[in-house]
Amino acid sequence: MPESGQVSLERPQAAGGQTLLRFLTCGSVDDGKSTLIGRLLYESAALFDDQLAALERDSRRHGTTGEAIDFALALDGLEAEREQGITIDVAYRYFSTPRRKFIVADTPGHEQYTRNMATGASNCEAAVLLVDARKGLLAQTRRHSIICSLLGIRRVVLAVNKIDLVAFDRARYEEICEEYRAFAKGLDFAAIETVPLSARFGDNVTVPSERTPWFAGAPLLATLEALDGESEAAARSFRLPVQLVIRPDSDFRGFAGTIAGGVLRKGAVVKVSHSGQAASVARIVTPGGDAEQAKTGEAVTVVLSKEIDVARGDVLAEPTQLPEVANQFSANLIWMQPEPLLPGRSYLLRLGTKFTPATVTTIKHRINVNTLDPLPAKALEANEIGVVNIETAQAIAFDAYRDNRETGAFILVDRETRATAGAGMILHGLRRATNVPWQALSVDKRTRATLKRQAPCTLWFTGLSGAGKSTIANLVEARLSRDGFHTMMLDGDNLRHGLNRDLGFSDADRVENIRRVGEVAKILVEAGLIVLCCFISPFRADRRAVRERFDAGEFLEIFVDAPLATCIERDPKGLYRKAIDGRIPNFTGISSAYEPPESPDLVLETQAAAPDELAERVVALLEARGHLRRA
Amino acid sequence: MNALSPTLRRLEAEAIHIIREAAAEFRKPVLLYSIGKDSSVLLHLALKAFRPGRLPFPLLHVDTTWKFKDMIRFRDDTARRLGLDLIVHVNADGLARGIGPVASGSSLHTQVMKTEALRQALDRHGFDAALGGARRDEERSRAKERVFSFRSAGHVWDPRTQRPELWRLFNTRLGPGESMRVFPLSNWTEIDVWHYVAAENIPVVPLYFAARRPVVERDGAMILRDDDRLPLLPGETPALKSVRFRTLGCYPLTGAIESEAATVEDIIAEMLRSRNSERQGRVIDRDETASMERKKREGYF
Repeated sequence: MPESGQVSLERPQAAGGQTLLRFLTCGSVDDGKSTLIGRLLYESAALFDDQLAALERDSRRHGTTGEAIDFALALDGLEAEREQGITIDVAYRYFSTPRRKFIVADTPGHEQYTRNMATGASNCEAAVLLVDARKGLLAQTRRHSIICSLLGIRRVVLAVNKIDLVAFDRARYEEICEEYRAFAKGLDFAAIETVPLSARFGDNVTVPSERTPWFAGAPLLATLEALDGESEAAARSFRLPVQLVIRPDSDFRGFAGTIAGGVLRKGAVVKVSHSGQAASVARIVTPGGDAEQAKTGEAVTVVLSKEIDVARGDVLAEPTQLPEVANQFSANLIWMQPEPLLPGRSYLLRLGTKFTPATVTTIKHRINVNTLDPLPAKALEANEIGVVNIETAQAIAFDAYRDNRETGAFILVDRETRATAGAGMILHGLRRATNVPWQALSVDKRTRATLKRQAPCTLWFTGLSGAGKSTIANLVEARLSRDGFHTMMLDGDNLRHGLNRDLGFSDADRVENIRRVGEVAKILVEAGLIVLCCFISPFRADRRAVRERFDAGEFLEIFVDAPLATCIERDPKGLYRKAIDGRIPNFTGISSAYEPPESPDLVLETQAAAPDELAERVVALLEARGHLRRA
Repeated sequence: MNALSPTLRRLEAEAIHIIREAAAEFRKPVLLYSIGKDSSVLLHLALKAFRPGRLPFPLLHVDTTWKFKDMIRFRDDTARRLGLDLIVHVNADGLARGIGPVASGSSLHTQVMKTEALRQALDRHGFDAALGGARRDEERSRAKERVFSFRSAGHVWDPRTQRPELWRLFNTRLGPGESMRVFPLSNWTEIDVWHYVAAENIPVVPLYFAARRPVVERDGAMILRDDDRLPLLPGETPALKSVRFRTLGCYPLTGAIESEAATVEDIIAEMLRSRNSERQGRVIDRDETASMERKKREGYF
């Protein structure tokens, strides 16, 4: 063991007024993060004898510190981590002093785990940033500072570690601090504290070190005890995202949720974000019983003075400072899944207690996380951060992340795998959503359709190239036209000569192609027409995104099913031969996947029946669903 | 009742928030009730979360048939007192095969009567979310587990593909056959649990408190012979000692500690002096270094 004369093994008593601080440790790979946390746990007596004994065993097997205990092994909990000597995932650790309980998020330093660092930072109020005194500021140091700043951390402690290895040199310490303060000027930190320390030997970790007599500041632990953790949250405007409605009987109807900003007072008037309906607060039920008021972070159930419509996903808010309600906003987005983010593709967005479909409409730029400079980007890869515009299917209530971390943050969930694909922080609502209201038109869809004796819809033919989509659609349109119905055909090839002539065949361009077609089809349905669309549209997610633009029953997905071998044999445009020869990249069926529909409205097997007969089935479907009103 | 410290108030609010999320987001959640102090706290918080409404989900106890008699009595009293919907599940197949900690050893017993039994019960009732009282400070592979911890079909935990968990925006989406384990006490430590038990006056099983009990020393652990299914080895005679338990499980696998702590306040004072972690008494964790991680991947809670 190191010089442990000052180490106290007394576990501190948790006193009545103990507060809570969540912080993360970050810094480059070998700067000693895990060692520092191990040291804090050890010296605050949060590591027990049997854990220490296990640690001594592991240190001999995997450790990197010779005979001494390798504290890093106490934290790297997964087998793969101990074997490889690296930290893969965020680990949470706990220790306390009489004044404070600490929750520490230990996050990996490796570049590819940026997403884990952001995860750790999202729930923290402060960051301890480690720097190796020998190496000074590294790219990782800057990157982690920038991520902390983006995630809204305002308090940073710069721990200049391994000070023993530079002979406790004051000049070196001051040089690093100065360089860091200059760099951090461009970031959003409210306070930066600095400490010279040695995590390995315990200098300035919990007690002042005699080996740095020139350092007048407090050791790390005292600095962390003194940090202000919660003051900002309480000053914000009142917000309560409703989790659920509690209604045991007809006498009680309460809205349960955790206060995400400001203070709730009995008798105060609150408004529902979406409807703007107002009521006053009749009761506040807290875990400790009824209360006169409750503040940020408390889990409450609110009873209002009168019956108004409130459900999960709504936000109760201060009437004079309502959150923005819109369906378009700009945000910083951290991409987390291996498949890149493509504009136009549909994800599930979760903000507060609400899930809604959403698409990234534009990637404005990517952020260079070493310098904060904007870089041009068409897609976002895993661990990249970009500034994007997002459009949600339903309007949602939000604040800028800068003003409220609870109501300004969101995640995006992949709709196929249900993995968490990205995490975002709202910058601002988009003026075009906020200031360009929908025009209520006096002649509406129903009026136009009634004139035409039909219920408009989109027939979406999907399938491989050469499956017979256009052949069948042409026959269907001819029949409908003959019987006096009003139709319009949208053909992929034709649109690519005009509206979509700026698009190629990359995955990103295919997604945008389908989005535009969906938009045009929707306008034509508004006009009262039966729209026939023939598009390979190979990706399920994109077809679903189009479906969601329509009202229920207005979108009929027709799978024109022919085996690939048959399509290659038919090869009406000679495209398969070119693709097989490698002259067309990304050709569906050859070098790019086709995802067949999971529950189409109709399946047409083109091998089993003649085109005429198949067209008849489409018309029959329209009849059955009530789209055609025959005279 | 003492006033809660700011720390306990925050932990309490966080746990209630998580419990409400589980109730709102899942089709058929269940609370895994293991009768221990953590389960007692979890149940107390769940009741608070929906007050004045009733608990909107049942309790499930996976009974290995080897729990202390005091635990079973406490479980049934609690369910009756609070009017709870309690489901008790025993792996009947395992029982028929004669699986038990004495006959089969701790490893197989735990696998069949706990891990497999839990999977059976979740499948039989179609529960898509199970709330449990596990804490991250208990064991190092738990330190990396999510609050909403995803299980693929077959209840498998893959520590390398866990969903990142940001803010309080839990990703609760599930596909067919997939499920979620939910841990509202993730950020609590053992001492937080006892401080909360003290402040809120929460009933716990009497075995946590010191009393003179007949114990035998075996493999370095003090075992309470709760019934005659545990045969005495040659030369063993139970001795009356003042002991208590830090954690509760199957009685032949749970070691007692010598203690005089007869109240919650005594327990807290004793813990602040203790140099051993609470899982030290658990025989099953010592099997191998990464044993908890392995068991969890297979579906152990």
